[in-house]
Amino acid sequence: MSDTTEALSAIPQFAADELEAPPLSLRQLAWRRFRRHKMALFGAVMLALLFVYCFGGALWVSEDYANYTDTKARLQAPSVSHPFGTDTVGRDILARTIYGGQISLIIGLTAMLVELVIGVLIGALSGYYGGWLDSILMRFTEAVFVIPQLFLLIVMAKFFGGKVPNLTLLGRTFSGSVVVVILIIGATSWVYLARIVRAEFISLKEREFILAARAIGTPARQIIFGHILPNSIAPIIVSATLSVAAAILSESYISFLGMGVQAPTATWGNMLEGAMNYIEEAPWFWIFPGTLIVLTVLSINFLGDGLRDALDPRSRVV
Amino acid sequence: MTETEPLVRVEGLVKHFPITRGILIRRQVGAVQAVDDVTFSIARGETLGLVGESGCGKTTVGRTVLGLYPATAGAIVIDGHHVRTAKGAELMAIRRKAQMIFQDPYASLNPRWTVGAIVGEPLRVHKLCRDEKERLDRVKELMQLVGLSPRLINRFPHEFSGGQRQRIGIARALASQPLFVICDEPISALDVSIQAQVVNLLEDLQERFGLTYLFIAHDLSMVRHLCTRVAVMYLGVLVEMAQRDEVYESPLHPYTQSLLSAVPVPDPQVARSRKRVLLEGEVPSPINPPGGCRFHLRCPQAEARCATDRPAWRDVGGGHWVACHRV
Amino acid sequence: MERPLLLDVADLQTRFHTPEGTVYAVNGISYRLHEGETLAMVGESGCGKSVSMMSILGLIPIPPGEIVSGTARYRDRDLLRMSEEELEQVRGKEIAMIFQDPMTSLNPVLTVGKQITEMLQKHMGMKPAEAADRAVQLLEWVGIPDARRRLADYPHQFSGGMRQRVMIAMQLACTPSILIADEPTTALDVTIQAQIMDLVIRLREEVGMAMIWITHNLGVVAGLAERVMVMYAGFIVEEANVDDLFQDPRHPYTIALLAALPRVDRRRDRRLKSIPGAPPSLLVKPRGCPFAPRCEFVIARCQSEMPPLELIAPRHKIACWVDVLRGGSR
Repeated sequence: MSDTTEALSAIPQFAADELEAPPLSLRQLAWRRFRRHKMALFGAVMLALLFVYCFGGALWVSEDYANYTDTKARLQAPSVSHPFGTDTVGRDILARTIYGGQISLIIGLTAMLVELVIGVLIGALSGYYGGWLDSILMRFTEAVFVIPQLFLLIVMAKFFGGKVPNLTLLGRTFSGSVVVVILIIGATSWVYLARIVRAEFISLKEREFILAARAIGTPARQIIFGHILPNSIAPIIVSATLSVAAAILSESYISFLGMGVQAPTATWGNMLEGAMNYIEEAPWFWIFPGTLIVLTVLSINFLGDGLRDALDPRSRVV
Repeated sequence: MTETEPLVRVEGLVKHFPITRGILIRRQVGAVQAVDDVTFSIARGETLGLVGESGCGKTTVGRTVLGLYPATAGAIVIDGHHVRTAKGAELMAIRRKAQMIFQDPYASLNPRWTVGAIVGEPLRVHKLCRDEKERLDRVKELMQLVGLSPRLINRFPHEFSGGQRQRIGIARALASQPLFVICDEPISALDVSIQAQVVNLLEDLQERFGLTYLFIAHDLSMVRHLCTRVAVMYLGVLVEMAQRDEVYESPLHPYTQSLLSAVPVPDPQVARSRKRVLLEGEVPSPINPPGGCRFHLRCPQAEARCATDRPAWRDVGGGHWVACHRV
Repeated sequence: MERPLLLDVADLQTRFHTPEGTVYAVNGISYRLHEGETLAMVGESGCGKSVSMMSILGLIPIPPGEIVSGTARYRDRDLLRMSEEELEQVRGKEIAMIFQDPMTSLNPVLTVGKQITEMLQKHMGMKPAEAADRAVQLLEWVGIPDARRRLADYPHQFSGGMRQRVMIAMQLACTPSILIADEPTTALDVTIQAQIMDLVIRLREEVGMAMIWITHNLGVVAGLAERVMVMYAGFIVEEANVDDLFQDPRHPYTIALLAALPRVDRRRDRRLKSIPGAPPSLLVKPRGCPFAPRCEFVIARCQSEMPPLELIAPRHKIACWVDVLRGGSR
């Protein structure tokens, strides 16, 4: 018998539609899986709306108006002139949620990116190479881990505060304190992620497909980023989405202690803190920034859920 | 290099996995002696079967020969390259010339890669194709070669059956046109009717490309069918190695004898009349293996010196190697 | 000489309703087991051999499982119509089971001694001291050295072969009339497999029980069974005495399966004969003979009609339209 005729005849019979369906590209497949995830679609749309609200809203309301104090209109309930009401010094809450949202979203997303880069890098190196490198990196991680994050946040905020110049982005000047807060939150929250990534790498690197890649001669960098990382994406996405929420909240802690984003610049976090003494008297004071934080966190979590499924080729395409 | 020089030569191969304690300063408290002083060679175009029970170290031998695990001691030469000292371009040459097929068709393929990416990986890593199109054509050719429809190139491993996945693994191993392929239990996860397909495919490919195989398996019947020579391993050491029919018809080592007699035969009349040498007890731990001959605790023919002296690994004539004091 | 009938299974059909669709796992199988008889059920993974056993013992989770039809008469009672309480009385006491992985039936946090004595107290009504002595006897009986000391060990402290022995000891403690063994030696090395098979053969005679041995290994079947049923895609395709099945197989699948097996005791004389293709998806409602797409004897009728399991010789049944000896239709 010739080389391949027998082997060829051994191909199982596929159902007709299985062969007729044109092969889809990876991106198409991912999009199909994502699309059937209703909550993820909701999350994506909601997040897009939040961006439109914060960045599009700025076209109608000026930042000066958001910071304008009107002592005659303190703690007013929602009305036509102030749809979300006013705060203790008579600033318009609607305008402040728009400008505060810009900062909160930027802090949440970029702090997550900082965390991702540090956490994945340290976790991956530690888990893949093991040995002394793992020992050193993990002892360092544990050292960061045992120092209370809040304490680190405060010390670093105090140390770096005021040393970073302001920067202009999207036609708006951000105080240097925003950059400091982003870096501080990113630099203190990567420890969990690093440990998750390390654990994933340790279990995955013993799998046969990694051995196969090594037998082929695939360089370590490609094994780490091409083989192992895509297979540990699920816990990374979950952790990353949770950390967006945590970053928005962390910012509010440091703001509360007077070391975060400085007044009068608004953030959702410091608006919430400001409302602390008025929970019953002026509920609009916290309901609006609070709702926006909840919506952001929820939609990012839904989005993360959908992304995780969409990126997993094993989940079925309907 | 002369034609008589074996393609693969392994001498005094030792692989110990250290057992360490301590957090900051690690100290070694023991070792799993997975492979201990193993010597064999494989001629060009032949198939050497490496058999033994689970935990005997046969898989470790395969992985150490390819340098996937660093060897503790010994020499490994593949087509003139010393695996233990090879670096850079020479290491890449070894990676191109020697390949591996794995046992588990589910774990050995990256679940997030398409068949095209998996089979094309060696082509990419070794830069064997000029451009993307040439690579795709070559991948399709390889798929056809192992009996997979090239139309399935964009599909993911989980969409295939066990036998088809094993074909994907074979196509990947052949992509870099290797001389030597280590087959690490490639059929033990497959159903009987699929096993024969894969074994016949391996034979066809060997004939067509002049491949040399190290076939690691615990299925002694299949090894007899496929291999030209057979080596038997027990608890990290080789106990016997000879031409296929010689091992099966006149085994010299007591372990080989009892192992062969334990294999069930699909023939009730033979099964009733066969005499079995049942072994007592189970395989000891490789962490503190018995001294002397590693088999002496279970050996029906053991004598005093078996407990103290390690029997030499020697050729008793006609290329029949054995490590036993009584032979 | 016909021994008394012990178990009579008729037209058993089991399906699973999954998100992917209905899985047609067992498609109307019938067989009989007599006292003291050893029946082997052979087939590849997914052929329904385990599901058919789990079905008659009430071990199929319902839903997603559904037993569509069938009866399983055991000593004048239908196992398929018993309440869970009645079944619990039968399982373990009259019908014993051992599985591929003993860890699934042993509790990892209790010592082996505790598990055996508890079982003896529950099923046999023994006093604790009496049960402890009996446990030692049982372990010695199945060849576990140093039995009294090992009672204090946890399951993970036993090797795979020893764990299987413990399982066998527990299951045979109540002298059941049927032992169902589901691939109990598949995970074991050949030398350990040989030990366990020897043990089971010895115990089978001592207890005098009937056995159903489920396996994919035809070598194990040849060494153990009296009668053999070959299953494919949820159907029994051939049933015969062990000698007839191996000397004179009549179903194309059995023939192909035997030709695909190399022999450890013979020199290589040819290439292996491989069966093209793969078993059919069980998600498709069977129409015609499930082996037809891979069969070298296939005729037109095979595509549309499933052949019934019929006698073709004394005590030899096949489900096939074709006479493989003469060629063409039977």
